[in-house]
Amino acid sequence: MDEKIILLTILGMAVVTYLPRLFPLLALSGKKLPDLIVSWLNYVPAAVLAAMLLPGIILSDGEIAINAENLFLWAALPTFGAAIITKNLFVPVIVGMLVVIIGRMLV
Amino acid sequence: MLPSWLNGMVQALPIVLGYVPVGFAFGVLAQKAGLSMAMTLLMSVIVFAGSAQLIAVGLFSAGMDPISIILTTFVVNLRHMLFSAALSPQLAGWRKPELAGFAAELTDETFALHSTRLIHLHAKKSETFAVNITAQIAWIFGSWLGIVGGRLIAEIEPFALDYALPAMFIALLVMQIKNHTQGWVAILAGVLSVVFYLVGFNQWHVIFATVVGASFRVFLEQWMKK
Repeated sequence: MDEKIILLTILGMAVVTYLPRLFPLLALSGKKLPDLIVSWLNYVPAAVLAAMLLPGIILSDGEIAINAENLFLWAALPTFGAAIITKNLFVPVIVGMLVVIIGRMLV
Repeated sequence: MLPSWLNGMVQALPIVLGYVPVGFAFGVLAQKAGLSMAMTLLMSVIVFAGSAQLIAVGLFSAGMDPISIILTTFVVNLRHMLFSAALSPQLAGWRKPELAGFAAELTDETFALHSTRLIHLHAKKSETFAVNITAQIAWIFGSWLGIVGGRLIAEIEPFALDYALPAMFIALLVMQIKNHTQGWVAILAGVLSVVFYLVGFNQWHVIFATVVGASFRVFLEQWMKK
């Protein structure tokens, strides 16, 4: 792809990423939201993270793969464990990657 | 007592430690996709969205057209709208340029951190910005390391770079779940996301699953109150 087209694509990506980040803050900041909305927003972080995570570890090549060959699924177990124990980002990321590295060496 | 900017940098350390390996993965993949260093770093500066950048790099290397790449980015990042709305009550009284600056660095990770720290309303603006700027510098640094590393690494599979992002989601998810209800909403949204993906919602599955999962729980609460 031409460097100029790549540049335009990245600029486009930046615009469509920035506007949804900005609009609600500008529109809602300082306003008191209805309790119903507040309690709804309260569930968003956990829901969105799970929604991003699960397809990546349960599916393999677009199909459900809850089986022994799905390394990503098995590596999630120690990663969850490390996250629960350490409550930080770095240790679970390293644990997860190490398990996948070792798993790939064994297969 | 630490000055507030330094305090913000310290608070961002967990994000820094998560971003460097994921940014590295992004940098390597961007390099393998044939993107120049300038374009790769530019993306980390002006887009600054981990999963979308990783997905975009995959689309670039698959030779996807620019419109599809931009549309996919839009859909993948639409969840930030929810983050922005969720933090808006805590940022009452901020001036518009300050909100504009804050919004530019609103990611899954900075949101997860702010949503816990901003409940304490004495959090200073300089501290909040220090968190964001530190996080983004780590992201750019990780990307740069990846570009340099990508030139040295022939094969990426053995390094499990493709697991950096799922592992980070796991860590963030664990930090976000503070009670059973949030845990159930997470499970519901996760399962829905898989189902929506399988029936062909192509990149919309994440936002649909989030909206349905959170709404279901709120409806349930309303229904139980009656």
